[in-house]
Amino acid sequence: MEQVMMILIGILVSVATYLILSRNMIRVIIGTAVLSHAVNLLIITVGGLKTGNVPLLGHGVEPFTDALPQALVLTAIVISFATTAFLLVLAYYTYKTNGSDDFKELRGMTDE
Amino acid sequence: MNNIIVLPLVIPIFTAVVLVFLGNHIVVQRIISIITMLAVSIISFVLLELVQREGILKIAFGDWEVPFGILFVADTFSVLMVLTASIVTMLCLFYAFSTIEKRHENMYFYSFVLLLVAGVNGAFLTGDIFNLFVCFEVMLMSSYVLVALGGEKVQLRESIKYVLINVVGSSIFLIALAYLYGTVKTLNMAHIAERVAEVGQDPMLTTVSLVLLLVFSLKAGLVLFFWLPGSYVVPPAAVQALFAALLTKVGVYALIRTFTLMFPHRPEVTHTIIGVFAGLTIILGCLGALSSRNVLRIAAYNIVIAVGFILIGLAVGTEIALAGAVFYLVHDMVAKALLFLLVGMMLYLTGEKLIDYMSGLIRNYPLFGWIYFLAMLALVGIPPLSGFVGKVLIGKGAIEAGSYILLFLGFASSLVVLFSLLKIFLSSFFGETIITNEDKKPFPAASMASLVAFSFCIAGIGIGAEKLLVYVLDAANTLVDPSVYINAVLRES
Repeated sequence: MEQVMMILIGILVSVATYLILSRNMIRVIIGTAVLSHAVNLLIITVGGLKTGNVPLLGHGVEPFTDALPQALVLTAIVISFATTAFLLVLAYYTYKTNGSDDFKELRGMTDE
Repeated sequence: MNNIIVLPLVIPIFTAVVLVFLGNHIVVQRIISIITMLAVSIISFVLLELVQREGILKIAFGDWEVPFGILFVADTFSVLMVLTASIVTMLCLFYAFSTIEKRHENMYFYSFVLLLVAGVNGAFLTGDIFNLFVCFEVMLMSSYVLVALGGEKVQLRESIKYVLINVVGSSIFLIALAYLYGTVKTLNMAHIAERVAEVGQDPMLTTVSLVLLLVFSLKAGLVLFFWLPGSYVVPPAAVQALFAALLTKVGVYALIRTFTLMFPHRPEVTHTIIGVFAGLTIILGCLGALSSRNVLRIAAYNIVIAVGFILIGLAVGTEIALAGAVFYLVHDMVAKALLFLLVGMMLYLTGEKLIDYMSGLIRNYPLFGWIYFLAMLALVGIPPLSGFVGKVLIGKGAIEAGSYILLFLGFASSLVVLFSLLKIFLSSFFGETIITNEDKKPFPAASMASLVAFSFCIAGIGIGAEKLLVYVLDAANTLVDPSVYINAVLRES
């Protein structure tokens, strides 16, 4: 199962890299969102996929699944949602004030 | 009693939330925010004394046993950083009162500054690497807002690049964390350090450490500083000063923590790369500072040079060099904030960014001119001002370790700093004045108070270096010998 996940993560990272390297602002933002999902999957996978029961005291059922990566991913998801939402709003306003969503046109002069 | 460790994080967050409900009462917001920062500064000072008396303090949230829960650790290094950050923020807030525009203040400016400070203090104090990530995000989220606040064309254009770079950087940070957790199965920094020492730092762990180096370099502006001159110069002066003083320094702090505590076992790989990076940063930063005639950009490239210089201390890695790095870090937080406030004031008074269009400021505003002169001397490292001791200590460490190239680059960069700042001084402050008495803007009183307070700080750090060195040497002692930190966190209860 881990191998399949790793291949999926690889595909997601390559898609994200492709999108982040493009010139269009929205594509870059979608790229970062995909990248954050890939990273979340990576945390879950590296921590070990579900191998046993819930880690409850006194149940006596071995083996347990490590619950920590799930807590980490939960935090990471919340943070990436917040930043993505903020980025989309920022991108909208940048588009509105600068009149372009093309990064090549957003470079700006060095001394203006 | 140890609960005091968490206060530098909790108080600013709590006040930030309270300030949201006082949206229209700007004066109340100002008073509350300044009192908050004063309180945090006093608490950090008390904490510093407490750490001296009782050794490294820790608090495990919810009383979870140490390697399993989240914890905050206060050692001398982190508390020194918290104290400096809090004092700098307090003085920057004073400056902001008279210069920041009303539309910023109405958009919860003070709340975001306090959240920024909370993130910075949290990043300094945390003893858990995942929480370092979370505190980074708290800090970055408010910095995103502060860069964009005001909504001017340039601000939005630069902020979207700044945000995107940092979002990608955070993802890479998480990748490093995932592999680190997969390898050592723990996130507590002291516990990681112990496990890494047990299993030996194999190539896998070294790679993880290099990914962390990449991430923190991005935040600190070490080599990967291409985003810095663009995004640091667009917000208002008080915010620029906060960024210059706090944001890159958190990256530097994280680098020092990572490579002294967790991954010190392969210095021939990691510390060599840091040394090369530091040298490159200094060279590129110098080129940037020399090439520009825009005061803001010269100041921004000076941040980059200082980051390179501090990390010479880490690359060399002896106790003296690390003490120098800590001392210089404290000095640089204060002096860079002052430099940006001065430059921002030049912009406010003349309305110009290029030094070619400013002249004779010292005739109109003598005290302002002399404070700039003082800041320049401090940044170059003229005794008895604050930069001197740090430079001497880093130099001494580099000689001890035989890193003569880094030593040369570091001290040559002082000349470039002197040259670039002198360029501003000669062309903007000296010469015929171009401001007539009718056009002369009155100097904002609160800003002047803040500038004077900052100059007392840099003079105080220099003259009182002996007092400060007690703390700095203690911090360096812990950095050189990570077992002090590990034992304090994992063993004693």
